[in-house]
Amino acid sequence: MTTYVLRRLVLMVPVAFLVTIGVFMLIHLTPGDPALILLGEDRSPQAIAAIHQQLGLDKPLYVQYLIWLGHIVHGDLGRSITTHQPVTTAIGERLPATLELGAVALIWSLLVAIPLGTIAAVRRGSLADHLATGLAVGGVSIPNFFIGIVLIFFLSVTLRLFPFGGYVPFNQDPFENLRHVILPAIALGTAGAAINMRFTRSSMIEVLNQDYIRTARAKGAPWRRVVFIHALKNALIPVVTIVGLQIGGIIEGAVVTETVFTWPGVGRLAVESIFNRDYTVVQGIVLLAAFSYLIANLLVDLVYGWLDPRISFT
Amino acid sequence: MSLHLLELEDVHTKLTLKTGVVRAVDGVSFHVDAGETLGIVGESGSGKSMTALSIMRLLPRSGRIDSGAIRFKGRELTGLSEDEMEEIRGTEMAMIFQDPMTSLNPVYRTGWQVGEPLQIHRGIDVRAALAAAIAMFKKVGIPEAEKRVAQYPHVFSGGMSQRAMIAMGLTTSPSLLIADEPTTALDVTIQAQILDLLRTLNRDSGMATILITHNLGVVAGICDRVIVMYAGRVVEQGRTEDVFAHPEHPYTWSLLHSIPRLDADDREPLKVIEGSPPDMMGLPSGCKFQPRCPFAVERCAKDEPELRDVRGHLARCWVTQAGTSLNGSVDAG
Repeated sequence: MTTYVLRRLVLMVPVAFLVTIGVFMLIHLTPGDPALILLGEDRSPQAIAAIHQQLGLDKPLYVQYLIWLGHIVHGDLGRSITTHQPVTTAIGERLPATLELGAVALIWSLLVAIPLGTIAAVRRGSLADHLATGLAVGGVSIPNFFIGIVLIFFLSVTLRLFPFGGYVPFNQDPFENLRHVILPAIALGTAGAAINMRFTRSSMIEVLNQDYIRTARAKGAPWRRVVFIHALKNALIPVVTIVGLQIGGIIEGAVVTETVFTWPGVGRLAVESIFNRDYTVVQGIVLLAAFSYLIANLLVDLVYGWLDPRISFT
Repeated sequence: MSLHLLELEDVHTKLTLKTGVVRAVDGVSFHVDAGETLGIVGESGSGKSMTALSIMRLLPRSGRIDSGAIRFKGRELTGLSEDEMEEIRGTEMAMIFQDPMTSLNPVYRTGWQVGEPLQIHRGIDVRAALAAAIAMFKKVGIPEAEKRVAQYPHVFSGGMSQRAMIAMGLTTSPSLLIADEPTTALDVTIQAQILDLLRTLNRDSGMATILITHNLGVVAGICDRVIVMYAGRVVEQGRTEDVFAHPEHPYTWSLLHSIPRLDADDREPLKVIEGSPPDMMGLPSGCKFQPRCPFAVERCAKDEPELRDVRGHLARCWVTQAGTSLNGSVDAG
C-alpha cells in the first residue's frame, strides 16, 4: 500500500510537468501587462522596460519558464508583484479557509446525497423519489451564487440566524467559525449534493437488482441491513468517482462562493490577483488547482481499494 | 392441521409486467415431508423458480401471490408480515441459487457472509459467527477453511462459491433447503460433487430439500419424489421411480425421450419436443401442452384436464386418464 502510494506519487511527476507548461502558457498568453498596473500614472516606455527587466519579463518566454520551473522545484513560487509577499505565503494564509469551506461543503453534499439517493432508490416511483428528483434538478440548475444570495437574504438578513459573510478563524472562536461557514458551504455544496444524489440513486437501483441482494434477503436480513450493509458499500463505488472530481474542483467552485460571502480563501485571492494582473499569484493558484485534481485522483483510487476488494494495490 | 413440513394449496402467483399479466404459478399444490428430497422439473419459464420464490416470499417487485395457501410447519406463510418472514428465512428455510458467482456479495469476506445468518438470527458476535463459518466450510468440503473464510468471493471458483452458499444456508440448520438449479452454472464434474454434497447433508441432517432443475438425470439421482411443471402448472407428480418407469403425461414422456442415448443408432437424429415453449401471455385453451403433444385428441384443445391419479401417481392428461398407456415406457437410468 505504501509502495503503491509512493509509485503513484512518482508517476505524478510527468503529469505535473505538463501541468506547469500548460499553466505557464495560459498565464503568459493572457493579455494585460502587470507593468501597467504597477506603474499607475507614469507609463513612459523607459519605466515599463525597467519593470519588465526587474520582473524578468524581457527574457524569451522559454527562459522565463525554465527559471520559474527551477524555482517551483525548490518550492518557490516567486513573489507577488503587488504585495511582494512570497506566493507560497499568500496562498498558505488563505488555504485553510478554502479547505474548511470545501470540506464542510463536501460533508453537506454527502449528508444530503447518500440518504436521499438511497431512499429514492429503495422507494423508486414513490412521492419521496419524485421529490428528491425535483430537488436534484433544482440543485444542479440553480447557480451557486444565486443559492448564496437567497440564503443570505432569508437566513441572514431576514431571520438573522447566520452572519452574511466574513470569516472567524477556528482557533479564535470555534462556534463563530462554524456559524460563518455553514451558509457558504451550503451554497458551494448543493450542486454536488444533487449530482451525488442522482448517482447514488441509479447505482443503488442497479445494486438492489443483483443476485447477492436476493441472497441477503434469503438469509432473513432485515431491509435496513440489506440496504445499508449489503447494498450501500457496492453502490458507493461509482459515487466515489464523481466525489473525487468534486474534491478536485473545490478551488474553482470556491471562486464565486468566496466572493459572494466575502470568505478570505484562495478563490477570492485568485479574483483579486487576476484584477491586479498579479500573474505570479495567479500562476500559483492555477497550479494548486491542477494539483488538487491529481491528489483527489489518488484519494479516489485509495478509497476504491477500500470499498472493492477486487481492486488490489500492486 | 397437516403433518407435512411444507404444503402448498392452489397457489397462484402473478407477475405484472409492462406487456401484461403473467400467471407464473397457476394453481400449484404439493407437499414436502421432513427429510425428503423433492425434485421440481420443467423448462425455463415453467414457473418452477417462481414457485420457490413464492414459498420464500422473495418474488421480484412485479410478482405477487394472488391466492392459495402456503403452510410451513402448520403455519400459514402468505399472511405473514415481512418481519415475520425474515424470522423464518435463514433460520428454518434457506435457499441457494443458480449462479453462485454472483450470489455472494463481492465486497465482503466469504466467512463473514456465511456466518451472517447466525449474527442476524442468533445475535452472536462476529468472532463466534466466523468460528461457525469455519466449521461450516469444513462440513461442505472447502479445504483450508481458516484461510478461505478471510478471502473475498472473487477468488473462489464456481464450485467453491456454491459450497459456500450451501454452508451459508445450513449455518442455522434449517428444516427446508430450496436449491434453485444449484448445479446449472457449474462444470459437469463439479455438478456431481455438489449433488453428492447435498445428498450427504440431506441424509445426515434430516433436512428436507426442494431441488429445482431442468436436468432429469439430477432428479433420478437424488430425488425421492418429483413434480413436473409446465406453463405454471403441475402436470405430473409422483415417486421418482414411478414417474420415470411409466410417465403418465406426454410432456414428461417427451422429456424422457429427448435424453440422448449412447446406445442409439449413429444416424438416428436426436429426439426433440416439437414446437416451442408456451407463450405465457397467450396460452392455448384446453391442455397447455396440447399444441406440442404427439398424443393429443380432440378433447385436449377444448377442456383443461385436472391432476388425477393415473396408475399410482398424479397426471394432468385426458389421454392417460382415459386408460391409454403412453407406449414405450423408458427405464429410469
